[in-house]
Amino acid sequence: MNGMQFLAGHFNYIVVIILMMTGLYIVISTGNMVKKLTGLGVFQTSVFQLYITMGKVTGGRPPIVAHAPEGAEHAAANGGEHGASTADTAVRMVHDMADVPVNGVIYSNPIPHVLILTGIVVGVATLAVGLALIVRIRETYDSIEEEDVEEAEYKARKAANA
Amino acid sequence: MTMAMALGMIMPILTWAGTHAPPLVVVTPLLAGPIAVFLHKGRLAWAWALAISILTFVFVLLLMPQVIQNGHIAYYMGTWVPPLGIEYRIDSLNLLILLLVSAMGVLSLVFGLPLVENEIEESKRGQFFAAFLLCLAGLLGVTITGDAFNVFVFLEISSIATYVLVSMGAERDRRAYVAAFNYLVMGTIGATFFVIGVGLLYMASGTLNMADIAMHIHGHSDNRVVRAAFAFIVIGLGLKMAMFPLHTWLPSAYARAPSMVGVFLASTATKVAFYAMVRFIFSVFTPGSPFEGAVFDLVLAPMAVAAMIICSVQALYQINIRRLLAYSSIAQLGYMLLGLSMGSIAGVAAGLLHLFNHALMKGALFMGVGKASLRQGVTNVQDLRGLGKTMPLTAASFTVAGLSLIGVPLTAGFVSKYYLVVAALERGWWWAVAALIVSSVLAIFYIGKMLETMYLHEPPKITKSKKTAPQAPAKTSLLALGPLMLMAAANIYFFFDASLPKGLADAAAKALLGGGAS
Repeated sequence: MNGMQFLAGHFNYIVVIILMMTGLYIVISTGNMVKKLTGLGVFQTSVFQLYITMGKVTGGRPPIVAHAPEGAEHAAANGGEHGASTADTAVRMVHDMADVPVNGVIYSNPIPHVLILTGIVVGVATLAVGLALIVRIRETYDSIEEEDVEEAEYKARKAANA
Repeated sequence: MTMAMALGMIMPILTWAGTHAPPLVVVTPLLAGPIAVFLHKGRLAWAWALAISILTFVFVLLLMPQVIQNGHIAYYMGTWVPPLGIEYRIDSLNLLILLLVSAMGVLSLVFGLPLVENEIEESKRGQFFAAFLLCLAGLLGVTITGDAFNVFVFLEISSIATYVLVSMGAERDRRAYVAAFNYLVMGTIGATFFVIGVGLLYMASGTLNMADIAMHIHGHSDNRVVRAAFAFIVIGLGLKMAMFPLHTWLPSAYARAPSMVGVFLASTATKVAFYAMVRFIFSVFTPGSPFEGAVFDLVLAPMAVAAMIICSVQALYQINIRRLLAYSSIAQLGYMLLGLSMGSIAGVAAGLLHLFNHALMKGALFMGVGKASLRQGVTNVQDLRGLGKTMPLTAASFTVAGLSLIGVPLTAGFVSKYYLVVAALERGWWWAVAALIVSSVLAIFYIGKMLETMYLHEPPKITKSKKTAPQAPAKTSLLALGPLMLMAAANIYFFFDASLPKGLADAAAKALLGGGAS
């Protein structure tokens, strides 16, 4: 019974670990470069989920504040002139959201979501560069299998030495 | 009159640049990078990249007096106060690395023009310099920021640009594509491990500002989340800096990349990853804790010693000269890691000093190879035959840098190795001293092999076959000689007067180990 509760309580983290290990295993085990990138994608996805999971606060609602807390409009009206005071208000807002209920409402933490948005962009960029490299490798060697590429290089070196 | 007026115009700009130098260091090359893509006419892209990198170097120099005077600079992005806002924090440690990276950016650009014209197709040069500027921006960003997630973003900006730069070596050597692809796979795994570690730290502390994390996790080094974060970050950054068993991507990537990229990467990329490792281990995590102590003694120190010996032996058996230098780089990273793993002020300072000196010597060695390849397409050690006669100045600079790598007195390499030995004896690590000596003897052999080919063999007859690279015009070839000789001279200069790097390294080590996050 206890075990079941543990599994249910940590469901997301278990999925994260399974995805992470699956992705890493694909990268290591396959010689096909496209499959390698797919594995890398799965591996990175597990991290996205890790970050999204950690933003959840038990019983928390989506972090959208319906009414701006006191002082926020005032600080916003002053604009950049009093940047520090705006920041102070914002610090209070974030701490409120993360830990203590605001007007009796608990909010989830939005920061990990914002962070991982950057992570996703990085992942897309890496994938694009990787696929572009595979296109070039295919043009050069007529294969995207690591073994074939190595064999072609071995033959080329042998021919050069002969 | 006009002088005073001009001064009156310039002074406010200088003051403005002085206050906002921290973000300008990163923003300038980052924004200038994309513009370089459109400048593919002639040498315009090169001139643009050079101007931008000089400007960046000037911004770093503007930071220098402030840091030396106050100990550190904290710059709040958009005046948002940390821990909420992103903080750029510069102390002696970053300053040393910032100086190194931005100066190497300028030097490798000055040096690189004839090589790029030799190796890169004209239509691709704009993109090449764009990727170079982005790489520079990323490396400077990793170094300057005080925000843990920011480190990841900049690390990936520089890495993705590096994959592109390495793959551009395919015109000289088609294996560059595969080298770049393997680097991409390994680099992405490393970055992902790192970002998992940062995520776990955020779970444990609820903040991303490095100083703030350090404050929150202080005294919680037994916490399992913190320990897991430590492991993920060490392995992730270990992959990026080619720590011994995780180094397999490096030799191919450095050997197949265009010559200019080899010069720049060998002297900066792994150094910046090493800096990030030092920063996290000492500023963020608690260095005195038993868990970290065990990692130092049982993981990092043995890996460092293994790298010093195994990779030096591997270097001995390389035929390709750039691969030889790359293996020697991994061995030299072992020296720095050894200094770090001593966990004492003397050890860390010696490791950082060796980082600085190694950038000087490896930069000069890669420049020497690149310069020689302008005359006769150099790939293997054999191709250096008779260089002492055909290119005496290049050969002389190469020799100085090589001797510095071995650690001969009168060169900078001797200074940092001396401090490493002193620090090791202070901790009673006689086996580390033994490994240092064995590794240096191995270096004598692989450097000696190259010097012997250079001076004692007859130069080959230059044939106009397909394989030899076309000769570059004499003017640009002379341009390349300047940075090479400057680097070689620096290798000697920093033996006699090591006060700048030594002072910064000492101050950095004291700040890291003495007062925690201050």
